[in-house]
Amino acid sequence: MTGIAILLVYILSFVLAATAAGLLRRGRMRRADFSSLKTVTFGDESAIRPDRIASIASVVVIFLLWGAFTGSKLVPLHVPGPFAGETSFVYQAETGDGAVSDGRVRITVGPDGQLPATEADAPGEVAVAVQSGRDKLIPLPGEARVVSVNGTGITPGGTVPVADGTVSMTAKGTLSFAAEKGLQMEPIWLPSPEAVVGRFIEIMTNGYQNYSLWEHIGASLLRVLTGFALGAAVGIPLGYAMGLSGWFRGWFDPIVEFMRPVPPLALIPLVIIWFGIWETGKVVLLFLAALWVMTIAARAGVSGVKISKIHAAYSLGASKWQILRHVIVPNSLPEIFTGARVAMGVCWGTVVAAELVAAQMGAGMMIIAASKFQLTDIVMMGIILIGLIGFGIDMLMRQAETRLVPWKGRS
Amino acid sequence: MPGLTLNNISMRFDLPNGTHVQALRDVSLHLAQGELLSVLGPSGCGKTTLLNIVAGFLAPTSGEITLNGHAVRGPDAERGMVFQEGALFEWMNVRDNVSFGPRMAGRSKSEYLPEVDRLLEIVGLKDFRDKAIYELSGGMQQRVALARCLANDPDVILMDEPLGALDALTREKMQALVLTLWKETGKTVMLITHSVEEALLLGERLIVMAPRPGRIHKEYRLPFADLGAEMDLREVKKHPDFGQTREEILSMIWNMEEEIMGHMETAS
Repeated sequence: MTGIAILLVYILSFVLAATAAGLLRRGRMRRADFSSLKTVTFGDESAIRPDRIASIASVVVIFLLWGAFTGSKLVPLHVPGPFAGETSFVYQAETGDGAVSDGRVRITVGPDGQLPATEADAPGEVAVAVQSGRDKLIPLPGEARVVSVNGTGITPGGTVPVADGTVSMTAKGTLSFAAEKGLQMEPIWLPSPEAVVGRFIEIMTNGYQNYSLWEHIGASLLRVLTGFALGAAVGIPLGYAMGLSGWFRGWFDPIVEFMRPVPPLALIPLVIIWFGIWETGKVVLLFLAALWVMTIAARAGVSGVKISKIHAAYSLGASKWQILRHVIVPNSLPEIFTGARVAMGVCWGTVVAAELVAAQMGAGMMIIAASKFQLTDIVMMGIILIGLIGFGIDMLMRQAETRLVPWKGRS
Repeated sequence: MPGLTLNNISMRFDLPNGTHVQALRDVSLHLAQGELLSVLGPSGCGKTTLLNIVAGFLAPTSGEITLNGHAVRGPDAERGMVFQEGALFEWMNVRDNVSFGPRMAGRSKSEYLPEVDRLLEIVGLKDFRDKAIYELSGGMQQRVALARCLANDPDVILMDEPLGALDALTREKMQALVLTLWKETGKTVMLITHSVEEALLLGERLIVMAPRPGRIHKEYRLPFADLGAEMDLREVKKHPDFGQTREEILSMIWNMEEEIMGHMETAS
């Protein structure tokens, strides 16, 4: 139910934001650059640029939805939460000799599920306290068998809706009251944004499971960088050799083509058996994750060199070694960078998964340890951090790419 | 014997289906030091194959090439190449591209830099020497390619349709530049082209090749390259012999193409 509600609200937000942005922009001066003067944009991919307003609205909508469905104080609008307050229902009960008596149940629903201290049972009344969003069996006095609730007949297994909740009867004939749950998520499913931020600040100051947050993230990053560096150090020369020598290509083609489609995660059991569960195993796994990607990127970089460049270099008197160093290597840099970006992404994903298996430190260990104690806020925080760091790595790689291979895609 | 000599060059490609293509048969010619030869022919007549053999990228199935008396065995700095496009090194700026040959030969900076700057001035790229290759237009890139070839001081310059990718106006300017450079440096030049006009303007000698198998069909000795070094190329084109020779060669190539088409029709 809640899932469908969220989906509908999300679609509605998308439509509303698009309409609002369109209305706000109408009549404004349009930029007179080349793309905005194109009359045919549908189907012209080059004329489609991401609308930054939409990106901002998208993030804001996700945050608002998150807040609205978790009862966050940071968000003004909320979906109905679990019922809290007082409610009551009446019932009729039959005693063994056929006599029928009326009774009333007063229910206090609150976050703690405690009866207010001043509460006292009036005659013929039962007072019960229920925790928000939970069920509670209602102890009725005597041996009475309840036959109706609020005038509606009830039998074992049946359910009757009452004000602010439902009353159901167990198989043995005891009444049970469930307060209205509302549409909000409980923190164990989805903690509110401020809970996650609070947890972030707490872990940043106090650390988590004997290590500071920076040690956890640093451990993951170090594993990724070590594994990637080793993978590149072996993969790039291997790729060059495969691009330059028929024997190398013939020898390694079956290995590379076989290992490439094997997801690194499938290697975890074997790597643990061979290298143990500690750092060596993780670095070996990341090395394997980066190796094939970098090998294939370097091989493609060599195959991608225009033969006229090689011929020109030979005609200018360059030796084989000089051609490798001054023509083949620089020419393959764009391909290698693309491969490095893919490899870093794969490594970052793999390290988190590897830390789920066995680790004392690491971003992945943090979320798996927290999930065992149902600390969903730490899990959320970990996921957000992992996503942001992965994004940050890719941005850095792109920056390095534009700086180091400015000719990419422009020759 | 000084100069470039091609002695009965034949080239045969065996195809995987058992048949073969005779790309060249018994091509012989001699280029004296400082001669400019343009090679013309319908597509598929083997002119690029011939150039690749002279450059040393391909070994002929029979025959021999000698340059200044020694046999050609592979690519070498003595035979410079200018390609149609895409042979510049994008990761180097203009000056590093031009100085590539001397740098690879291990010559010192003080030795080659003045020469590189002089060449850049001749080709009109003095102010562009620190630019990246992808910032230059197609015509400018070919100027860099010419300068790069000359900076290496080769004995022979081989050009494979060097102006083929340029627009008509740029092409005319570049033709004048090629003539100027040839006159100034006195290099032996072998130029392959698709354009009859270009072959006439630039070729001191001109050979027309015929296809199936590739062979020399007719050779001309022309005055236009010498004229063009002194006057405007458009004036050269008004020369009465120019138009007449162009028509003659055009109909010659036209007939060859017709023959190929007819050949294909009877074959099918």
